[in-house]
Amino acid sequence: MADTTEHGISAAQANSLRHGPDERGHFGGWYGGRFVAETLMPLLLELDQAYSAAKSDPAFQKELAFYLRDYVGRPSPLWFAQRMTKELGGAKIYMKREELNHTGSHKLNNVMGQILLARRMGRTRIVAETGAGQHGVATATVCALFGMKCVVYMGATDVERQKPNVFRMRLLGAEVVPVTAGAGTLKDAMNEAMRDWVANVADTYFLVGTVAGPHPYPAMVRDFQSIIGEETKIQMQELEDRLPDIVVAAIGGGSNAMGIFHPFLDDASVRLIGVEAAGHGLDSGKTAASIERGRPGVLHGNRTYLLQDADGQIDEAHSISAGLDYPGVGPEHSWLNDIGRAEYVGATDQEALDAFQLCTRTEGIIPALESAHAIAYAAKIAPTLPKDTLLVVNISGRGDKDIFTVAEHLGVKL
Amino acid sequence: MSRIAARFKSLAAEGRGALIPYLEAFDPDRETSLALLKAMPAAGADLIEVGVPFSDPSADGPVIQLAARRGLKAGSTLAGVLGMVSAFREDDTETPIILMGYLNPIEAYGYERFCADAAKAGVDGLIIVDLPPEEADVIEPHTEANGLDIIRLVAPTTTDERLPYVLSHASGFVYYVSITGITGTRTASAEDLQKALPRLRAATSLPVAIGFGIRSPEQAATASSIADGAVVASALLATLAETLDENGKATAQTLPSVLGQIKDLATAVRAAGGGQKAG
Repeated sequence: MADTTEHGISAAQANSLRHGPDERGHFGGWYGGRFVAETLMPLLLELDQAYSAAKSDPAFQKELAFYLRDYVGRPSPLWFAQRMTKELGGAKIYMKREELNHTGSHKLNNVMGQILLARRMGRTRIVAETGAGQHGVATATVCALFGMKCVVYMGATDVERQKPNVFRMRLLGAEVVPVTAGAGTLKDAMNEAMRDWVANVADTYFLVGTVAGPHPYPAMVRDFQSIIGEETKIQMQELEDRLPDIVVAAIGGGSNAMGIFHPFLDDASVRLIGVEAAGHGLDSGKTAASIERGRPGVLHGNRTYLLQDADGQIDEAHSISAGLDYPGVGPEHSWLNDIGRAEYVGATDQEALDAFQLCTRTEGIIPALESAHAIAYAAKIAPTLPKDTLLVVNISGRGDKDIFTVAEHLGVKL
Repeated sequence: MSRIAARFKSLAAEGRGALIPYLEAFDPDRETSLALLKAMPAAGADLIEVGVPFSDPSADGPVIQLAARRGLKAGSTLAGVLGMVSAFREDDTETPIILMGYLNPIEAYGYERFCADAAKAGVDGLIIVDLPPEEADVIEPHTEANGLDIIRLVAPTTTDERLPYVLSHASGFVYYVSITGITGTRTASAEDLQKALPRLRAATSLPVAIGFGIRSPEQAATASSIADGAVVASALLATLAETLDENGKATAQTLPSVLGQIKDLATAVRAAGGGQKAG
């Protein structure tokens, strides 16, 4: 096995941390890559070329900018959370309001970029995987917008705990396929979406929802999500005339975190903190904290930190939040962890539930349970920090979809 | 000469293609799958693919997914699979064994150590489904050092431009994935196969085996006569699954059913002739 520390150091010495991945799709020479069956390789090479061409095409960027502004509703505000700041009595807390995007989460940023690319490539059928259903809803939405066929794979367990989103997707015209293999969560949905893609390569575009999977997906999804960090940088400059000190975001696959981190990677003064779902606790064996409790391995087309046993079999993850319930993480996060540019910590199910209520009560914002993990960690460290510390939390989604889960945990019958 | 090359050479001399049956290690338990493995050559297996169970077989259809799950439940590990191959080699030093599986268990085992242990156990070749040539540098120095072949998959989607690159990383034989899809689903027509083969023949002198979607003796005969071998996997695993009791345990029918099916396949392959190339 390659020495990841050695790769990491050489990468850290480069002028910028924002140039990754290399041509093979590797971050720091080890993470990422293209670990797929031969049937898919030619498609990934084609996608890579198509994306590179689109990325540097002003017409594509103009089209994307139009949809982001007039359909998604960007830019999203950077909100000073005054009451929460006061209650916690430390760092000044700002919230990046991604939950205000159309469909209620950051997912649409990426989906809009990829659907325009799929159209450019002449694909007519879209397949996607989804955990909490946020990515599935975003995908079904753009398929409705552009009149494309949409098939969403969703673990059977998630179908059960995210009923409102399943209904939304079906209203939007998508076919939602429950996946019963394994524990019936995001990992199994990803396997099934890949099987569909292999079987339908001619007309189908696989619209990946996070910064994971084979190259070029991690880099492409990151690029489409980087608008979160770019806006945050400008907005903080306008509000406080400087960069934030700390940026906190929740991590499942890690797309909202990568989106807000990436524009700050070369600003060494900005601490970047990714909050994984610790589930019942990091050492409980029921966790989704891939970086903190996993080790590098290969799954779903990329090498990254994975929850796995000694034999390399992938473990089931656990989180109260369906969107974080995944035993892997985007490969760029694995690299940022190894070189120490970003810190990765955990928040438990209970801490997320508490933060969900704190945010709702003090700010009038019902956050997604995913985002509540980030809020939980921010709320933990804010009281320990000076009052002039500027802390940004990414509110990646709204929590309407989660009220049933939260009610159940609070012992309330709806 | 490697066991794989020697076997294809002797089959070419016989004027026929190879029957390559597949079994999932530890399915439904170690003892049964070892007994099956040991009995396969006498039933007509020319080469044998041994599937290494993985928790997330994303290129496989439902039949192999279930077989892998049964294998894992029965305690399969990569080390355990190598142990099975060692036990097989006690009685059979000629039938080539190819391990087929996914990369992560091998990465977890350690590439160098795995290749050394696999060669020592008597493994001849590896098919690593999710390791395209682009990423193969992690293992190639070690397969080479230990005399293991890396059998490359070529798919209908593999472009003419890409084909020489894939084949430059292949040894042993070439595995033509006859359909765009997962294992055990669709079946390619004889016309499709006849059209696909000249492209491969022009690009490689390695033997070509065809797999994915071959179920019946007729299909195996067609594929092995058009190419140099036919891989049959899901059809055998489905038969095995049907013989299990309600607790998923092997019954008295398990071995005879699967071996009987292999005999029927072998009879058809042997009658069909063909097998135009030798390694």
